[in-house]
Amino acid sequence: MMRFSTLLKHPADWMTGAAEGSGVVLTSRVRLARNLQREPFPGWSTKERRVAVLKRVKPEVEALPEMKNGFSQELDGLTSLQKQVLVERHLISREQAARGEGSAAIVNRKQALCLMINEEDHLRMQSIRPGLALSEAYELVSSVDAQLESSLDFAFDHELGYLSACPTNLGTGMRASAMLHLPGLVLSDQIAQVLQAVGKLQLAVRGFFGEGTESLGNLFQISNQSTLGESEETIIRRLERVIEQVTSHERNARLKLFEDDADMVFDRVGRAYGTLRHAHVIASKEALNLLSLLRLGAELDFFPSETGGTCDSLLMEIQPAHLQLHSGKKLTPEKRDAIRAEIIRTRLQSLDPPVMKEQQAGEEWTPPSDTIVDS
Amino acid sequence: MQCNFCDKKATVFLTQLVDGEMKKMCLCEECAEEKGVTDPAGFSLADSVMGEVQGSGQGEITAGPGEGIPCPVCGFTFGKFQQVGRLGCSECYTTFSDEISRRLGGMHKGVVHVGRVPEGLVEAHARQQRLDQLRNRLEQAIAAENYEEAAGLRDEIHEVETSVVTQP
Repeated sequence: MMRFSTLLKHPADWMTGAAEGSGVVLTSRVRLARNLQREPFPGWSTKERRVAVLKRVKPEVEALPEMKNGFSQELDGLTSLQKQVLVERHLISREQAARGEGSAAIVNRKQALCLMINEEDHLRMQSIRPGLALSEAYELVSSVDAQLESSLDFAFDHELGYLSACPTNLGTGMRASAMLHLPGLVLSDQIAQVLQAVGKLQLAVRGFFGEGTESLGNLFQISNQSTLGESEETIIRRLERVIEQVTSHERNARLKLFEDDADMVFDRVGRAYGTLRHAHVIASKEALNLLSLLRLGAELDFFPSETGGTCDSLLMEIQPAHLQLHSGKKLTPEKRDAIRAEIIRTRLQSLDPPVMKEQQAGEEWTPPSDTIVDS
Repeated sequence: MQCNFCDKKATVFLTQLVDGEMKKMCLCEECAEEKGVTDPAGFSLADSVMGEVQGSGQGEITAGPGEGIPCPVCGFTFGKFQQVGRLGCSECYTTFSDEISRRLGGMHKGVVHVGRVPEGLVEAHARQQRLDQLRNRLEQAIAAENYEEAAGLRDEIHEVETSVVTQP
């Protein structure tokens, strides 16, 4: 089995932008909720029963061929800092991190599959892939589901489908989501309009970092809300179609911005570069927003193409628990901002200043269609 | 038969599902009264008689009185659901089916599951969906006073009902 330190040393392909196709869509994620029949859900169970469920489910999960040489850990064996690091890597949920005895997390070697035992439901299985790859993620997690259902009796009702602790997950028990980087739509003030259109299609949109409506780093997550009454394939198809449209709106917004005022775009990216390269104290919010501009610069070819991946890695590395783990001790907020700046400077030290290529300013622009439609 | 709590003759017989197991209990008039067996809302075999504490998960949520009839499997109540938005166990969906189905409408695209079915249940699921469909049509036929069609549907339903489902 994989050790915690090994897990941390080798971030997954989808965390570092190392994989192809991670442009506007950073990652795709599909999770399934499953429960054992007639067994109290974790939130209404006793510690003894949760431990019994864990003892029954964990060996089955560990025995999956997909989980060979993976990471398997009961939550009470982790410090709160270690749990927080896993949350920042999106390998476990915030809710799972709050749990201890009777709960566990199992992650496969490639970190494309993460299973949580005794979260809100007895079993939460998720698959994460880079770029827009919801179908691929679904296939991966669905194959795990099919293998586990032969040995575990999942609660299923002919009318309500898979039964979950919360009725909002009934039916397929599936939540599919994608993380999108939308600086073009934010800079051109079109984001509210686009997000509203997406919201009307019974899809949920929220900022990826930060609370409530605030979005840091121009990152947004789009996911399905309804889980009952539609098949997994239908939900994923609709979600993919909408994400493709948002992506094309984003690309058009970038081109339009560039056509209208190339100097402004270049200036914003250049200033972000300057600050990130030379700051000695930087708060999380500022860092996320500047990294977003740097990432935009990379996609506009102002920087070498691998710069986007560097930005994606930094998004993860500059979060509080990662900083604390990096420095090996508890940090005051001031010290945290200093270490954050240091990590960013080190990572970007060999990155050359942005260069705007001649022909870029004159590129053709296709006007975006005005609406996002379902079908 | 003798009362489980004293030597008197048992006149009250109680059967309840506790954690999926059938538990039987025989009580005399007095003991039944004392344990509150005659008051269905306030009685749960599991906690009042067997002395087992159900669902006291680290004190997060504990069932209180006046929250309606508890789920026979896990002791959860619908009153609790209204507080926490989560149910107690898979059986709660049967126990509180009316209340839950009333709330499902606006929550999802539909109220009937479409999509993946556990492999062992595929045949049973298809049969159940066929039955639901036929019963709906039967209701409509009766409402429309189309008795010839209704008779045909009734036969068809009977046929599906008596067909043998191959066990996985």
